[in-house]
Amino acid sequence: MRDAEFFRRWMTAAGAAVEREADRLTELDSPIGDADHGSNLLRGFTAVRAALEAGPAATPGAVLQLAGRTLISTVGGASGPLYGTLLRRTGKDLGEAAEVSDEEVRKALYAGVGAVAQLGGAAPGDKTMLDALVPGVAALSASYRVAADAAEGGARATVPMLARKGRASYLGERSIGHQDPGATSSALLLAALADTADAADAADPAGSA
Amino acid sequence: MRMLINSPETVVADALRGMAAAHPELDVDVERRVVVRRNARGGGRVGVVSGGGSGHEPLHAGFVGYGMLSAACPGEVFTSPVPDQMLRAAAAVDSGQGVLFVVKNYTGDVLNFEMAAELAEEDGLRVERVLVNDDVAVTDSLYTAGRRGTGATLFVEKIAGAAAEEGAPLERVAELARRVNASSRSFGVALSACTTPAKGSPTFDLPDGELELGIGIHGEPGRERRAMMPAREIAEIAVGAVLEELAEVGPAGGPVLALVNGMGATPLLELYGFHAEVARVLAERGVTVARTLVGNYVTSLDMAGCSVTLCRVDEELLRLWDAPVRTAALRWGR
Repeated sequence: MRDAEFFRRWMTAAGAAVEREADRLTELDSPIGDADHGSNLLRGFTAVRAALEAGPAATPGAVLQLAGRTLISTVGGASGPLYGTLLRRTGKDLGEAAEVSDEEVRKALYAGVGAVAQLGGAAPGDKTMLDALVPGVAALSASYRVAADAAEGGARATVPMLARKGRASYLGERSIGHQDPGATSSALLLAALADTADAADAADPAGSA
Repeated sequence: MRMLINSPETVVADALRGMAAAHPELDVDVERRVVVRRNARGGGRVGVVSGGGSGHEPLHAGFVGYGMLSAACPGEVFTSPVPDQMLRAAAAVDSGQGVLFVVKNYTGDVLNFEMAAELAEEDGLRVERVLVNDDVAVTDSLYTAGRRGTGATLFVEKIAGAAAEEGAPLERVAELARRVNASSRSFGVALSACTTPAKGSPTFDLPDGELELGIGIHGEPGRERRAMMPAREIAEIAVGAVLEELAEVGPAGGPVLALVNGMGATPLLELYGFHAEVARVLAERGVTVARTLVGNYVTSLDMAGCSVTLCRVDEELLRLWDAPVRTAALRWGR
Protein backbone atom coordinates (compact mmCIF):
# COMPACT_ATOMS: atom_id res chain seq x y z
CA MET A 1 0.00 0.00 0.00
CA ARG A 2 1.11 3.57 -0.67
CA ASP A 3 0.75 6.31 1.94
CA ALA A 4 0.90 10.11 1.79
CA GLU A 5 4.68 10.04 2.19
CA PHE A 6 4.97 7.96 -1.00
CA PHE A 7 3.14 10.67 -2.96
CA ARG A 8 5.17 13.45 -1.35
CA ARG A 9 8.30 11.60 -2.48
CA TRP A 10 6.85 11.25 -5.99
CA MET A 11 6.25 14.99 -6.19
CA THR A 12 9.75 15.69 -4.84
CA ALA A 13 11.26 13.31 -7.40
CA ALA A 14 9.22 14.93 -10.17
CA GLY A 15 10.47 18.35 -9.07
CA ALA A 16 14.07 17.10 -9.07
CA ALA A 17 13.61 15.62 -12.57
CA VAL A 18 12.17 18.89 -13.85
CA GLU A 19 15.07 20.78 -12.30
CA ARG A 20 17.60 18.39 -13.87
CA GLU A 21 15.91 18.50 -17.28
CA ALA A 22 14.68 22.13 -17.30
CA ASP A 23 17.18 23.26 -19.91
CA ARG A 24 16.37 20.31 -22.19
CA LEU A 25 12.62 20.97 -21.87
CA THR A 26 13.16 24.62 -22.74
CA GLU A 27 15.42 23.62 -25.62
CA LEU A 28 12.72 21.28 -27.00
CA ASP A 29 10.22 24.12 -26.60
CA SER A 30 12.31 26.51 -28.71
CA PRO A 31 11.80 25.27 -32.28
CA ILE A 32 8.08 24.53 -31.88
CA GLY A 33 7.00 26.61 -28.90
CA ASP A 34 8.18 29.65 -27.01
CA ALA A 35 11.17 28.35 -25.08
CA ASP A 36 9.82 28.37 -21.55
CA HIS A 37 8.46 24.90 -20.74
CA GLY A 38 11.37 24.05 -18.44
CA SER A 39 11.36 27.31 -16.50
CA ASN A 40 7.56 27.27 -16.13
CA LEU A 41 7.42 23.73 -14.74
CA LEU A 42 10.40 24.42 -12.50
CA ARG A 43 8.58 27.39 -10.98
CA GLY A 44 5.52 25.18 -10.42
CA PHE A 45 7.27 22.22 -8.84
CA THR A 46 9.37 24.50 -6.63
CA ALA A 47 6.09 25.92 -5.32
CA VAL A 48 4.68 22.38 -4.93
CA ARG A 49 7.63 21.42 -2.74
CA ALA A 50 7.11 24.51 -0.56
CA ALA A 51 3.36 23.87 -0.31
CA LEU A 52 3.85 20.23 0.68
CA GLU A 53 6.42 21.19 3.30
CA ALA A 54 4.10 23.83 4.72
CA GLY A 55 0.77 22.09 4.22
CA PRO A 56 -0.97 19.44 6.28
CA ALA A 57 -1.72 17.06 3.39
CA ALA A 58 -2.16 13.81 5.31
CA THR A 59 -3.55 11.43 2.67
CA PRO A 60 -2.42 10.43 -0.83
CA GLY A 61 -5.45 12.22 -2.28
CA ALA A 62 -4.74 15.40 -0.33
CA VAL A 63 -1.08 15.46 -1.40
CA LEU A 64 -1.94 15.26 -5.10
CA GLN A 65 -4.81 17.75 -4.85
CA LEU A 66 -2.58 20.27 -3.08
CA ALA A 67 0.13 19.72 -5.69
CA GLY A 68 -2.41 20.18 -8.50
CA ARG A 69 -3.88 23.37 -7.02
CA THR A 70 -0.37 24.75 -6.56
CA LEU A 71 0.55 24.07 -10.20
CA ILE A 72 -2.64 25.81 -11.39
CA SER A 73 -1.79 28.84 -9.21
CA THR A 74 1.84 29.16 -10.24
CA VAL A 75 2.63 27.74 -13.70
CA GLY A 76 0.28 29.57 -16.06
CA GLY A 77 0.26 28.77 -19.77
CA ALA A 78 -1.45 25.57 -20.85
CA SER A 79 0.80 23.35 -18.71
CA GLY A 80 -0.47 24.85 -15.44
CA PRO A 81 -4.14 23.93 -15.89
CA LEU A 82 -3.33 20.64 -17.65
CA TYR A 83 -0.78 19.28 -15.13
CA GLY A 84 -2.80 20.79 -12.29
CA THR A 85 -5.93 19.02 -13.50
CA LEU A 86 -4.03 15.74 -13.92
CA LEU A 87 -2.90 15.75 -10.29
CA ARG A 88 -6.10 17.20 -8.81
CA ARG A 89 -8.33 14.72 -10.59
CA THR A 90 -6.03 11.82 -9.70
CA GLY A 91 -6.02 13.01 -6.08
CA LYS A 92 -9.81 13.36 -6.00
CA ASP A 93 -10.16 9.86 -7.34
CA LEU A 94 -7.95 8.49 -4.56
CA GLY A 95 -10.46 9.86 -2.05
CA GLU A 96 -9.63 10.24 1.62
CA ALA A 97 -7.97 6.88 2.30
CA ALA A 98 -4.76 7.01 4.34
CA GLU A 99 -3.27 4.29 2.14
CA VAL A 100 -4.07 3.24 -1.41
CA SER A 101 -3.24 0.15 -3.47
CA ASP A 102 -1.33 0.24 -6.73
CA GLU A 103 -4.56 -0.78 -8.46
CA GLU A 104 -6.27 2.28 -6.99
CA VAL A 105 -3.37 4.46 -8.15
CA ARG A 106 -3.71 3.03 -11.65
CA LYS A 107 -7.45 3.75 -11.79
CA ALA A 108 -6.99 7.24 -10.37
CA LEU A 109 -4.28 8.14 -12.88
CA TYR A 110 -6.50 6.82 -15.64
CA ALA A 111 -9.21 9.24 -14.48
CA GLY A 112 -6.64 12.02 -14.25
CA VAL A 113 -5.46 11.51 -17.81
CA GLY A 114 -9.08 11.42 -18.96
CA ALA A 115 -9.62 14.83 -17.35
CA VAL A 116 -6.56 16.21 -19.16
CA ALA A 117 -7.92 14.96 -22.50
CA GLN A 118 -11.29 16.54 -21.80
CA LEU A 119 -9.87 19.90 -20.69
CA GLY A 120 -7.36 20.24 -23.52
CA GLY A 121 -9.56 18.74 -26.22
CA ALA A 122 -6.63 16.76 -27.62
CA ALA A 123 -6.37 13.09 -28.57
CA PRO A 124 -3.40 10.74 -28.87
CA GLY A 125 -1.54 11.53 -32.08
CA ASP A 126 -2.01 15.30 -31.76
CA LYS A 127 1.61 15.70 -30.51
CA THR A 128 0.77 16.67 -26.92
CA MET A 129 1.41 15.38 -23.41
CA LEU A 130 -1.32 12.80 -24.01
CA ASP A 131 1.03 10.95 -26.37
CA ALA A 132 3.13 10.04 -23.32
CA LEU A 133 0.39 9.87 -20.69
CA VAL A 134 -2.03 7.60 -22.55
CA PRO A 135 0.43 4.75 -23.32
CA GLY A 136 2.00 5.28 -19.90
CA VAL A 137 -1.24 4.86 -18.00
CA ALA A 138 -2.28 1.94 -20.23
CA ALA A 139 0.91 0.10 -19.18
CA LEU A 140 0.46 0.75 -15.44
CA SER A 141 -1.20 -2.65 -14.99
CA ALA A 142 2.21 -4.23 -15.71
CA SER A 143 4.34 -2.06 -13.40
CA TYR A 144 5.31 1.54 -12.72
CA ARG A 145 8.59 0.95 -14.58
CA VAL A 146 6.89 -0.47 -17.67
CA ALA A 147 4.54 2.51 -17.59
CA ALA A 148 7.45 4.95 -17.40
CA ASP A 149 9.14 3.24 -20.35
CA ALA A 150 5.92 3.31 -22.36
CA ALA A 151 5.55 7.04 -21.65
CA GLU A 152 9.15 7.65 -22.70
CA GLY A 153 8.52 5.69 -25.91
CA GLY A 154 5.36 7.73 -26.44
CA ALA A 155 7.28 10.98 -26.04
CA ARG A 156 9.88 9.86 -28.59
CA ALA A 157 7.10 8.84 -30.96
CA THR A 158 5.92 12.46 -31.13
CA VAL A 159 8.96 13.40 -33.26
CA PRO A 160 7.41 12.59 -36.67
CA MET A 161 3.94 13.80 -35.65
CA LEU A 162 2.20 16.89 -37.02
CA ALA A 163 0.99 19.02 -34.09
CA ARG A 164 -2.76 19.58 -34.05
CA LYS A 165 -3.13 21.19 -30.60
CA GLY A 166 -1.12 23.61 -28.53
CA ARG A 167 1.41 26.23 -29.53
CA ALA A 168 3.26 23.87 -31.90
CA SER A 169 0.13 23.46 -34.04
CA TYR A 170 0.62 26.99 -35.43
CA LEU A 171 3.64 25.65 -37.30
CA GLY A 172 1.65 23.15 -39.30
CA GLU A 173 3.98 20.88 -41.32
CA ARG A 174 7.00 22.53 -39.74
CA SER A 175 6.16 20.98 -36.37
CA ILE A 176 7.23 17.60 -37.81
CA GLY A 177 10.68 16.38 -36.72
CA HIS A 178 10.64 17.77 -33.17
CA GLN A 179 9.90 15.94 -29.92
CA ASP A 180 6.98 17.45 -28.03
CA PRO A 181 8.09 19.19 -24.81
CA GLY A 182 4.82 18.41 -22.97
CA ALA A 183 5.04 14.71 -23.81
CA THR A 184 8.66 14.79 -22.64
CA SER A 185 7.81 16.31 -19.25
CA SER A 186 4.89 13.87 -18.89
CA ALA A 187 7.34 10.99 -19.35
CA LEU A 188 9.54 12.56 -16.63
CA LEU A 189 6.55 12.61 -14.27
CA LEU A 190 5.90 8.88 -14.78
CA ALA A 191 9.63 8.08 -14.54
CA ALA A 192 9.68 9.88 -11.17
CA LEU A 193 6.75 7.72 -10.08
CA ALA A 194 8.61 4.54 -11.10
CA ASP A 195 11.77 5.69 -9.28
CA THR A 196 9.72 6.41 -6.17
CA ALA A 197 8.06 2.99 -6.31
CA ASP A 198 11.39 1.23 -6.90
CA ALA A 199 12.93 2.97 -3.88
CA ALA A 200 9.91 2.18 -1.70
CA ASP A 201 9.80 -1.47 -2.77
CA ALA A 202 13.54 -1.91 -2.25
CA ALA A 203 13.17 -0.56 1.28
CA ASP A 204 10.12 -2.69 2.03
CA PRO A 205 9.69 -5.57 -0.44
CA ALA A 206 6.42 -6.60 1.20
CA GLY A 207 4.99 -3.11 0.93
CA SER A 208 4.20 -3.09 -2.76
CA ALA A 209 0.62 -3.90 -3.54
CA MET B 1 22.69 38.98 -25.71
CA ARG B 2 22.60 42.23 -23.73
CA MET B 3 19.33 43.22 -22.10
CA LEU B 4 18.38 46.20 -19.97
CA ILE B 5 17.30 44.04 -17.05
CA ASN B 6 18.34 43.13 -13.52
CA SER B 7 17.79 39.40 -13.93
CA PRO B 8 15.60 37.15 -16.11
CA GLU B 9 13.65 36.07 -13.03
CA THR B 10 12.58 39.60 -12.12
CA VAL B 11 11.76 41.20 -15.50
CA VAL B 12 7.98 41.15 -15.05
CA ALA B 13 8.04 42.39 -11.45
CA ASP B 14 10.58 45.09 -12.32
CA ALA B 15 8.45 46.33 -15.22
CA LEU B 16 5.41 46.48 -12.95
CA ARG B 17 7.37 48.50 -10.39
CA GLY B 18 8.25 50.87 -13.23
CA MET B 19 4.62 51.14 -14.31
CA ALA B 20 3.63 51.95 -10.74
CA ALA B 21 6.28 54.66 -10.58
CA ALA B 22 5.36 56.16 -13.96
CA HIS B 23 1.57 55.94 -13.66
CA PRO B 24 0.25 56.91 -10.24
CA GLU B 25 -3.26 56.78 -11.73
CA LEU B 26 -2.97 52.96 -11.76
CA ASP B 27 -3.14 50.59 -8.80
CA VAL B 28 -0.28 48.19 -9.48
CA ASP B 29 -0.03 45.10 -7.29
CA VAL B 30 3.53 44.01 -8.11
CA GLU B 31 3.42 40.96 -5.86
CA ARG B 32 0.14 39.57 -7.19
CA ARG B 33 0.56 40.90 -10.71
CA VAL B 34 -2.63 42.79 -11.23
CA VAL B 35 -2.87 46.31 -12.72
CA VAL B 36 -6.14 48.05 -11.90
CA ARG B 37 -7.56 51.40 -12.95
CA ARG B 38 -7.79 53.64 -9.89
CA ASN B 39 -11.33 53.69 -8.48
CA ALA B 40 -12.35 50.99 -10.96
CA ARG B 41 -15.58 50.22 -9.12
CA GLY B 42 -16.53 53.85 -8.72
CA GLY B 43 -18.56 54.43 -11.83
CA GLY B 44 -20.90 51.45 -11.53
CA ARG B 45 -19.63 50.25 -14.91
CA VAL B 46 -19.09 46.82 -16.39
CA GLY B 47 -15.52 45.72 -15.70
CA VAL B 48 -13.36 44.92 -18.71
CA VAL B 49 -10.44 42.67 -17.76
CA SER B 50 -7.76 41.23 -19.98
CA GLY B 51 -4.44 39.57 -19.52
CA GLY B 52 -1.90 37.33 -21.10
CA GLY B 53 1.77 36.60 -21.15
CA SER B 54 4.20 39.49 -20.73
CA GLY B 55 6.43 40.50 -23.64
CA HIS B 56 3.64 42.13 -25.71
CA GLU B 57 3.82 45.58 -24.10
CA PRO B 58 2.04 47.93 -24.10
CA LEU B 59 -0.63 45.16 -24.33
CA HIS B 60 -2.38 44.72 -21.84
CA ALA B 61 -1.41 46.85 -18.83
CA GLY B 62 -0.68 49.86 -21.07
CA PHE B 63 -4.37 49.87 -22.01
CA VAL B 64 -5.74 50.11 -18.47
CA GLY B 65 -7.55 53.36 -17.77
CA TYR B 66 -10.45 55.61 -18.75
CA GLY B 67 -12.38 54.26 -21.72
CA MET B 68 -10.50 50.99 -22.09
CA LEU B 69 -9.50 48.19 -19.65
CA SER B 70 -10.51 48.18 -15.99
CA ALA B 71 -7.69 45.78 -15.12
CA ALA B 72 -4.95 43.64 -16.65
CA CYS B 73 -3.19 40.49 -15.47
CA PRO B 74 0.35 40.10 -16.80
CA GLY B 75 1.74 36.56 -16.80
CA GLU B 76 5.33 35.47 -17.07
CA VAL B 77 6.96 36.23 -20.43
CA PHE B 78 4.83 34.59 -23.14
CA THR B 79 2.97 32.56 -20.50
CA SER B 80 -0.68 32.96 -19.64
CA PRO B 81 -1.38 34.41 -16.20
CA VAL B 82 -2.91 32.11 -13.57
CA PRO B 83 -6.56 32.04 -12.47
CA ASP B 84 -5.71 33.64 -9.09
CA GLN B 85 -4.68 36.86 -10.88
CA MET B 86 -7.85 36.99 -12.96
CA LEU B 87 -10.02 36.39 -9.89
CA ARG B 88 -8.30 39.23 -8.03
CA ALA B 89 -8.72 41.54 -11.02
CA ALA B 90 -12.40 40.63 -11.38
CA ALA B 91 -13.05 41.20 -7.68
CA ALA B 92 -11.21 44.54 -7.82
CA VAL B 93 -13.29 45.93 -10.70
CA ASP B 94 -16.75 44.40 -10.24
CA SER B 95 -19.32 46.98 -9.22
CA GLY B 96 -22.19 44.52 -9.47
CA GLN B 97 -22.55 45.10 -13.23
CA GLY B 98 -20.45 42.07 -14.15
CA VAL B 99 -17.07 41.58 -15.78
CA LEU B 100 -15.97 40.87 -19.35
CA PHE B 101 -12.82 38.77 -19.80
CA VAL B 102 -11.04 39.56 -23.08
CA VAL B 103 -9.06 36.40 -23.90
CA LYS B 104 -6.60 35.90 -26.74
CA ASN B 105 -7.07 32.48 -28.31
CA TYR B 106 -4.14 30.46 -27.00
CA THR B 107 -4.68 27.17 -25.18
CA GLY B 108 -3.09 28.50 -21.98
CA ASP B 109 -5.03 31.75 -21.86
CA VAL B 110 -8.29 29.99 -22.69
CA LEU B 111 -7.84 27.34 -19.97
CA ASN B 112 -6.74 29.76 -17.25
CA PHE B 113 -9.51 32.29 -17.97
CA GLU B 114 -12.02 29.43 -18.12
CA MET B 115 -11.00 28.26 -14.65
CA ALA B 116 -11.08 31.85 -13.37
CA ALA B 117 -14.56 32.44 -14.82
CA GLU B 118 -15.90 29.31 -13.14
CA LEU B 119 -14.44 30.32 -9.77
CA ALA B 120 -15.69 33.92 -10.14
CA GLU B 121 -19.19 32.70 -10.91
CA GLU B 122 -19.05 30.49 -7.82
CA ASP B 123 -18.27 33.70 -5.91
CA GLY B 124 -21.42 35.26 -7.34
CA LEU B 125 -19.87 37.43 -10.09
CA ARG B 126 -21.39 37.65 -13.54
CA VAL B 127 -18.68 36.93 -16.10
CA GLU B 128 -18.72 36.92 -19.88
CA ARG B 129 -15.74 35.88 -22.00
CA VAL B 130 -14.84 36.98 -25.50
CA LEU B 131 -12.17 35.14 -27.47
CA VAL B 132 -9.96 37.13 -29.83
CA ASN B 133 -8.85 35.06 -32.85
CA ASP B 134 -7.90 37.26 -35.77
CA ASP B 135 -4.67 35.77 -37.18
CA VAL B 136 -5.26 34.50 -40.71
CA ALA B 137 -1.94 32.62 -40.83
CA VAL B 138 -3.45 29.84 -38.73
CA THR B 139 -6.06 27.43 -40.05
CA ASP B 140 -9.24 27.61 -38.02
CA SER B 141 -10.82 24.19 -37.72
CA LEU B 142 -12.05 21.73 -35.12
CA TYR B 143 -8.76 19.88 -35.45
CA THR B 144 -6.49 22.79 -34.55
CA ALA B 145 -6.13 25.19 -31.65
CA GLY B 146 -7.77 27.75 -33.98
CA ARG B 147 -6.63 31.18 -35.11
CA ARG B 148 -4.41 33.10 -32.70
CA GLY B 149 -5.39 36.35 -31.04
CA THR B 150 -3.09 39.20 -32.11
CA GLY B 151 -3.60 42.83 -33.19
CA ALA B 152 -7.40 42.78 -33.01
CA THR B 153 -7.07 42.56 -29.23
CA LEU B 154 -6.42 46.31 -29.22
CA PHE B 155 -9.61 47.00 -31.23
CA VAL B 156 -11.67 44.72 -28.95
CA GLU B 157 -10.32 46.25 -25.74
CA LYS B 158 -10.79 49.83 -26.98
CA ILE B 159 -14.36 49.39 -28.23
CA ALA B 160 -15.54 47.19 -25.34
CA GLY B 161 -13.95 49.66 -22.90
CA ALA B 162 -15.70 52.61 -24.57
CA ALA B 163 -19.05 50.84 -24.37
CA ALA B 164 -18.49 50.02 -20.69
CA GLU B 165 -17.49 53.64 -20.04
CA GLU B 166 -20.84 54.76 -21.52
CA GLY B 167 -22.67 52.48 -19.10
CA ALA B 168 -23.65 49.69 -21.50
CA PRO B 169 -24.74 46.47 -19.74
CA LEU B 170 -22.53 43.36 -19.71
CA GLU B 171 -24.37 41.53 -22.49
CA ARG B 172 -24.08 44.56 -24.76
CA VAL B 173 -20.37 45.08 -24.03
CA ALA B 174 -19.73 41.39 -24.73
CA GLU B 175 -21.76 41.49 -27.95
CA LEU B 176 -19.81 44.50 -29.23
CA ALA B 177 -16.51 42.85 -28.33
CA ARG B 178 -17.48 39.71 -30.26
CA ARG B 179 -18.59 41.80 -33.21
CA VAL B 180 -15.25 43.63 -33.33
CA ASN B 181 -13.38 40.33 -33.19
CA ALA B 182 -15.53 38.77 -35.89
CA SER B 183 -14.89 41.81 -38.10
CA SER B 184 -11.10 41.78 -37.69
CA ARG B 185 -8.26 39.87 -39.33
CA SER B 186 -4.45 40.12 -38.98
CA PHE B 187 -1.27 38.91 -40.63
CA GLY B 188 2.26 39.18 -39.21
CA VAL B 189 5.78 39.14 -40.65
CA ALA B 190 9.10 38.69 -38.80
CA LEU B 191 12.46 40.02 -39.93
CA SER B 192 14.17 38.58 -36.85
CA ALA B 193 13.30 36.16 -34.07
CA CYS B 194 12.90 37.50 -30.54
CA THR B 195 14.97 36.67 -27.48
CA THR B 196 13.20 35.70 -24.28
CA PRO B 197 14.99 36.76 -21.09
CA ALA B 198 14.85 33.18 -19.77
CA LYS B 199 16.53 31.67 -22.82
CA GLY B 200 18.86 34.53 -23.68
CA SER B 201 19.18 33.58 -27.36
CA PRO B 202 16.79 33.92 -30.32
CA THR B 203 13.81 31.56 -30.20
CA PHE B 204 14.38 30.52 -33.79
CA ASP B 205 17.11 30.87 -36.34
CA LEU B 206 16.40 33.31 -39.16
CA PRO B 207 19.36 33.74 -41.52
CA ASP B 208 20.23 37.13 -42.98
CA GLY B 209 18.37 37.85 -46.15
CA GLU B 210 15.25 35.88 -45.20
CA LEU B 211 11.94 36.67 -43.55
CA GLU B 212 9.16 34.67 -41.89
CA LEU B 213 5.60 35.07 -43.10
CA GLY B 214 2.59 34.35 -40.89
CA ILE B 215 4.23 34.68 -37.50
CA GLY B 216 2.51 34.92 -34.14
CA ILE B 217 3.47 37.10 -31.21
CA HIS B 218 5.32 34.55 -29.08
CA GLY B 219 8.51 34.09 -31.01
CA GLU B 220 7.11 30.99 -32.65
CA PRO B 221 8.24 30.68 -36.27
CA GLY B 222 5.75 31.37 -39.03
CA ARG B 223 4.26 29.17 -41.70
CA GLU B 224 6.69 30.00 -44.44
CA ARG B 225 10.15 31.42 -45.01
CA ARG B 226 11.03 33.53 -48.06
CA ALA B 227 13.89 35.61 -49.35
CA MET B 228 13.84 39.16 -48.00
CA MET B 229 11.78 41.55 -50.13
CA PRO B 230 11.01 45.28 -50.23
CA ALA B 231 8.29 46.76 -48.00
CA ARG B 232 5.95 47.18 -50.97
CA GLU B 233 5.92 43.44 -51.64
CA ILE B 234 5.53 42.55 -47.96
CA ALA B 235 2.56 44.92 -47.77
CA GLU B 236 0.96 43.24 -50.78
CA ILE B 237 1.28 39.80 -49.18
CA ALA B 238 0.07 40.92 -45.74
CA VAL B 239 -2.84 43.08 -46.87
CA GLY B 240 -3.80 40.50 -49.49
CA ALA B 241 -3.97 37.73 -46.90
CA VAL B 242 -6.06 39.86 -44.54
CA LEU B 243 -8.49 41.07 -47.22
CA GLU B 244 -9.00 37.57 -48.57
CA GLU B 245 -10.34 36.40 -45.20
CA LEU B 246 -12.06 39.69 -44.43
CA ALA B 247 -14.21 39.08 -47.50
CA GLU B 248 -16.03 36.42 -45.46
CA VAL B 249 -16.96 39.05 -42.90
CA GLY B 250 -18.99 41.39 -45.05
CA PRO B 251 -19.24 43.17 -48.37
CA ALA B 252 -16.07 44.81 -49.62
CA GLY B 253 -15.90 48.57 -49.77
CA GLY B 254 -17.02 49.36 -46.22
CA PRO B 255 -14.65 51.40 -44.06
CA VAL B 256 -11.98 49.73 -41.92
CA LEU B 257 -9.83 50.53 -38.92
CA ALA B 258 -6.20 49.84 -39.81
CA LEU B 259 -3.48 48.93 -37.34
CA VAL B 260 0.07 48.76 -38.65
CA ASN B 261 1.75 47.28 -35.65
CA GLY B 262 5.45 46.98 -34.90
CA MET B 263 6.70 43.79 -33.26
CA GLY B 264 9.09 45.63 -30.96
CA ALA B 265 12.39 46.20 -32.75
CA THR B 266 11.29 47.86 -35.97
CA PRO B 267 11.77 51.65 -35.97
CA LEU B 268 8.79 53.93 -36.60
CA LEU B 269 10.63 55.23 -39.65
CA GLU B 270 10.29 51.78 -41.20
CA LEU B 271 6.75 51.28 -39.89
CA TYR B 272 5.52 54.51 -41.48
CA GLY B 273 7.25 53.62 -44.73
CA PHE B 274 5.57 50.23 -44.59
CA HIS B 275 2.24 51.89 -43.83
CA ALA B 276 2.59 53.99 -46.97
CA GLU B 277 2.61 50.71 -48.91
CA VAL B 278 -0.30 49.31 -46.87
CA ALA B 279 -2.34 52.44 -47.60
CA ARG B 280 -1.47 52.18 -51.30
CA VAL B 281 -2.55 48.53 -51.52
CA LEU B 282 -5.79 49.27 -49.67
CA ALA B 283 -6.54 52.17 -52.01
CA GLU B 284 -5.84 50.01 -55.06
CA ARG B 285 -8.25 47.39 -53.71
CA GLY B 286 -10.94 50.02 -53.11
CA VAL B 287 -10.89 49.79 -49.31
CA THR B 288 -11.74 52.97 -47.40
CA VAL B 289 -9.63 53.45 -44.28
CA ALA B 290 -11.63 55.26 -41.59
CA ARG B 291 -8.90 55.43 -38.93
CA THR B 292 -5.27 54.36 -38.78
CA LEU B 293 -2.91 53.54 -35.95
CA VAL B 294 0.82 53.06 -36.62
CA GLY B 295 3.13 52.02 -33.80
CA ASN B 296 4.23 49.33 -31.36
CA TYR B 297 1.06 48.12 -29.62
CA VAL B 298 1.00 44.30 -29.64
CA THR B 299 4.66 43.40 -29.61
CA SER B 300 6.81 40.30 -29.34
CA LEU B 301 9.75 41.44 -27.18
CA ASP B 302 12.60 42.47 -29.51
CA MET B 303 11.28 40.84 -32.65
CA ALA B 304 11.73 42.93 -35.79
CA GLY B 305 8.77 42.96 -38.13
CA CYS B 306 5.18 44.05 -38.21
CA SER B 307 1.59 42.98 -38.45
CA VAL B 308 -1.39 44.40 -40.28
CA THR B 309 -4.84 44.26 -38.68
CA LEU B 310 -8.00 45.46 -40.39
CA CYS B 311 -11.42 45.72 -38.76
CA ARG B 312 -14.59 46.43 -40.73
CA VAL B 313 -16.58 49.06 -38.86
CA ASP B 314 -20.06 50.53 -39.00
CA GLU B 315 -21.03 53.92 -37.57
CA GLU B 316 -21.50 52.55 -34.07
CA LEU B 317 -18.12 50.81 -33.87
CA LEU B 318 -16.43 53.89 -35.32
CA ARG B 319 -18.10 56.15 -32.76
CA LEU B 320 -16.89 53.87 -29.93
CA TRP B 321 -13.39 53.79 -31.45
CA ASP B 322 -13.37 57.62 -31.48
CA ALA B 323 -14.66 57.86 -27.90
CA PRO B 324 -12.19 59.38 -25.42
CA VAL B 325 -9.52 57.11 -23.96
CA ARG B 326 -6.82 57.77 -21.41
CA THR B 327 -4.33 54.97 -20.78
CA ALA B 328 -0.56 54.71 -20.65
CA ALA B 329 -0.28 53.73 -24.32
CA LEU B 330 -3.43 55.03 -26.00
CA ARG B 331 -5.00 58.40 -25.27
CA TRP B 332 -7.13 60.86 -27.17
CA GLY B 333 -10.14 63.09 -26.96
CA ARG B 334 -10.09 63.94 -23.30
